[in-house]
Amino acid sequence: MTPSSLKAPTLAIADLTLGFRSWRGYAQVLHGISLDIKPGERVALVGESGSGKSVTARIVLGLLQQLKTARISGRVEFEGHDLEAIHPAERHRLRGTAMSMIFQDPTSSLNPVFTIGVQFHEVLKRADANLTYEAAADRAAAILAEVSIPDADRVLSAYPFQLSGGMNQRVMIAMALANEPKLLIADEPGTALDVTVQAQTLHLMRQLVEDHGTAVLFISHNLGVVREFADRVYVIYKGRIVETGPTEAIFADPRHPYTRVLMEAVPRITGGGIPEIEEDAAGFGDPLVVHEEAVR
Amino acid sequence: MKRSFAILLSNPMSVAGLILVSIVVLSAVFADYIAPFPDHRGAVVDFANFNQPPHWPNIMGTDLVGRDMLSRILYAYRISLVLGVVVLAIAVPIGVTIGLAGGYLGGWAEYILLRITDVFLSIPPLVLAMSIMGVLEPTLINGMMAVTAMWWPWYTRLVYNITRAEREEGYVLAAEVIGASKLHIMFREILPNCVPAVITKMTLDLGFVILIVSSLSFLGLGVQPPTPDLGSMVADGARYLPDSWWLTVFPGLAILVAVFGFNLIGDAMRDVFGGDQ
Amino acid sequence: MSQIVRVLAKRLATSLLVLIGVSMLIFAIARVIPGDPARIALGPNATVEQVQQLRTELHLDEPIWVQYGIFISDLSRGDLGTSLYTNRPIILDIAQFLPATLELVFIAGIMMVGFGLPLGRISARYRGSAIDNGIRVIALLGVSAPSFVWAVILMLLFAFYLPIFPIAGRISDIYSIAPVTGFLLIDTLIAGEPRAFANAAWHIILPAFALALSGIGQAARLTRANMIETYDKPYVEMAQSYGFPERRIARKYAFKPSLIPSLTIIGLDFAAMLGNAFLVEAIFAWPGLSRYGVAVILRKDLNAIVGTVLIISATFLIANIIVDLLIALINPRIRYSQRPQ
Repeated sequence: MTPSSLKAPTLAIADLTLGFRSWRGYAQVLHGISLDIKPGERVALVGESGSGKSVTARIVLGLLQQLKTARISGRVEFEGHDLEAIHPAERHRLRGTAMSMIFQDPTSSLNPVFTIGVQFHEVLKRADANLTYEAAADRAAAILAEVSIPDADRVLSAYPFQLSGGMNQRVMIAMALANEPKLLIADEPGTALDVTVQAQTLHLMRQLVEDHGTAVLFISHNLGVVREFADRVYVIYKGRIVETGPTEAIFADPRHPYTRVLMEAVPRITGGGIPEIEEDAAGFGDPLVVHEEAVR
Repeated sequence: MKRSFAILLSNPMSVAGLILVSIVVLSAVFADYIAPFPDHRGAVVDFANFNQPPHWPNIMGTDLVGRDMLSRILYAYRISLVLGVVVLAIAVPIGVTIGLAGGYLGGWAEYILLRITDVFLSIPPLVLAMSIMGVLEPTLINGMMAVTAMWWPWYTRLVYNITRAEREEGYVLAAEVIGASKLHIMFREILPNCVPAVITKMTLDLGFVILIVSSLSFLGLGVQPPTPDLGSMVADGARYLPDSWWLTVFPGLAILVAVFGFNLIGDAMRDVFGGDQ
Repeated sequence: MSQIVRVLAKRLATSLLVLIGVSMLIFAIARVIPGDPARIALGPNATVEQVQQLRTELHLDEPIWVQYGIFISDLSRGDLGTSLYTNRPIILDIAQFLPATLELVFIAGIMMVGFGLPLGRISARYRGSAIDNGIRVIALLGVSAPSFVWAVILMLLFAFYLPIFPIAGRISDIYSIAPVTGFLLIDTLIAGEPRAFANAAWHIILPAFALALSGIGQAARLTRANMIETYDKPYVEMAQSYGFPERRIARKYAFKPSLIPSLTIIGLDFAAMLGNAFLVEAIFAWPGLSRYGVAVILRKDLNAIVGTVLIISATFLIANIIVDLLIALINPRIRYSQRPQ
């Protein structure tokens, strides 16, 4: 955080740790993570599975705190407010309104036994509790049009299994942006989809967050996607941030040994198979590398 | 396996279950030494001391012909447990084999075996056992047969569901590719994957067999007097409620304790090993 | 909706097949009986001629498949034969006793769903808490005793020691209600006697609860297990991350999907009550099928045994079909064809 910034960052995480206590002992998952996202900024958190990216997102939303076995310390600030300090009801109010989330697999993230319309209604009720179904359907139709779904009536009366994965992903994006959140957390969005459908929906998402000025925490293991999407990147390895900086800077000059290996792991069309990342190769434990940001 | 038992022993519910079941099993095995009046298991009469509320030395009272309730309950446990073990020893292999065959062989075998299972499953269990006991003479052996006849289809269903899922697994295809016989695949490859679920169900079922057998004899269709049985003790005593409450309450609680114990263990095992509902 | 009709048609067809199987099974069981049913029915004092006459009447001298054929053709005319115990057509006997049993089972079924599902839901929502552990122990106790034990305990506690409920019977003697449906709770309303209805309702609570207890326990355990599984599904996490109220998640978004796997088993448990009703009826002197069923079994009244089991199995199958329809109503995947339109 630079003292010169005029507005508080949308999200500021400082020295966040997380561990799980079980009957076999204690397992540390996050070893003090710090990151910040300015209003309207798209920031990627990159790492392999198990590195702690998804749990970070869930702590921001306040979902992990319910677990009795979770031990969390550190500071999470949203628009300048310490999320641990505010009343739980207040924090609950932020979910689905000021911050929302998009998941890996859109089809299994939508409830199978309720229509899209019912679920959209519930999402819109987060901002306006007295909204009727009809009014919600009108609002939903307007937002669905933004994600290139013209026949909103058909989609709203459908169940998730009746729509394609790409269609469900558009619905998810529409739901996530419906209440004009300040922060959107995208956890490996569309990884479960076809590559082409994934690219289309990501493109759509990028356009929308730009139009709405939404800040995004983009969680991914795929550097190719990250390069397209993010302004800034944090590389996470085994619960520690190992390198951070503007996207171009990191891609132009990856300095941390782990980042370099991760870059080589991007599957290429030219073939050669999927490269393997070794466990705990020399240098992965090296200290954090920070690329200075270009002055804007 | 070792770790699983460690988890079982760290769970207060399963420890409570183990204690209850140990009490029931030990008192059944050592009834001859524990029972205050071992000869009261049979047709003994002591009219001087009949229908007495709990007092020393008859701490659970005496029945209508003056026999010690506690002694009879201990011997009734012995018969219930033997019945339970024998029923499962017959029903489980039959049910498991049919389930394996139906699930693995597929086609007509699957269709016919499952329809037969459906027939058994679509008669309420107690009614099926009752009608079998009805046409046969009510003896211990026939009671076992009746309860066995109603029990095997549940194992068929359980094993069939697992087998159908395992049939598509890589290791089964691999065994088929190298030309293993159907019997080998069914019993040596697939069966081991059913064992945890089957054992869990057997633990729960030991309790439920005791429950069903007592229900049959409650209706007068099971173990016959003078052999002590928890169900018929409740039935005989029910006519003397509420005054002679000990005639029904103690045998009733005895059923509850035994079945509850097996259920506590079975539940904890299901948490550890998984298994069906 | 045409999908629902398809589900129904398919279920009816397989049920008919199963029912034929049941009739063959019960028929076979009834004929392998050791001893001569005619002799048993008439008693040791009957003459050889009398026994032979009954054997001819019952077609006992024919081969078993001929006997089965005769039985089926009678059955198709709604004739289950004559009871040797009551000397009346069995169908009349069953029509007289079955409604009382069905009424008891039906009320118990409502209790099972009405108490069991909410208990399981609360248990799952507060899993790991003291409330959860309490409900788990109570539910396990419920399934750990046969219903006659619960009947005895409930009767002692709530009819004798605390005389809140009546001890036995379906209705107090002062009311005489003309049987229309045989269901007293309905007949009293048809007769326009609210006091009699209240009296009948007051009589049914204790026996129905004794019958329902194991079902309540089973339904609570099942609902809890399936809901805990549902709570781990991505769509529940989605609901939580969007801040849907926890109450609404527990009552709607996590509950409805978890009902689909629970309902089949709950249907089976409901049907098992048809058998367990025998046990409760005996304790509460409930004038249902129990006494008749046990009596004909003890007297080896073959036709009556076959008829009773067949009717009970048919009721059981109908209950299962209703459950399948309920599942189809809840699960849109069954309701709508999955094929692309």
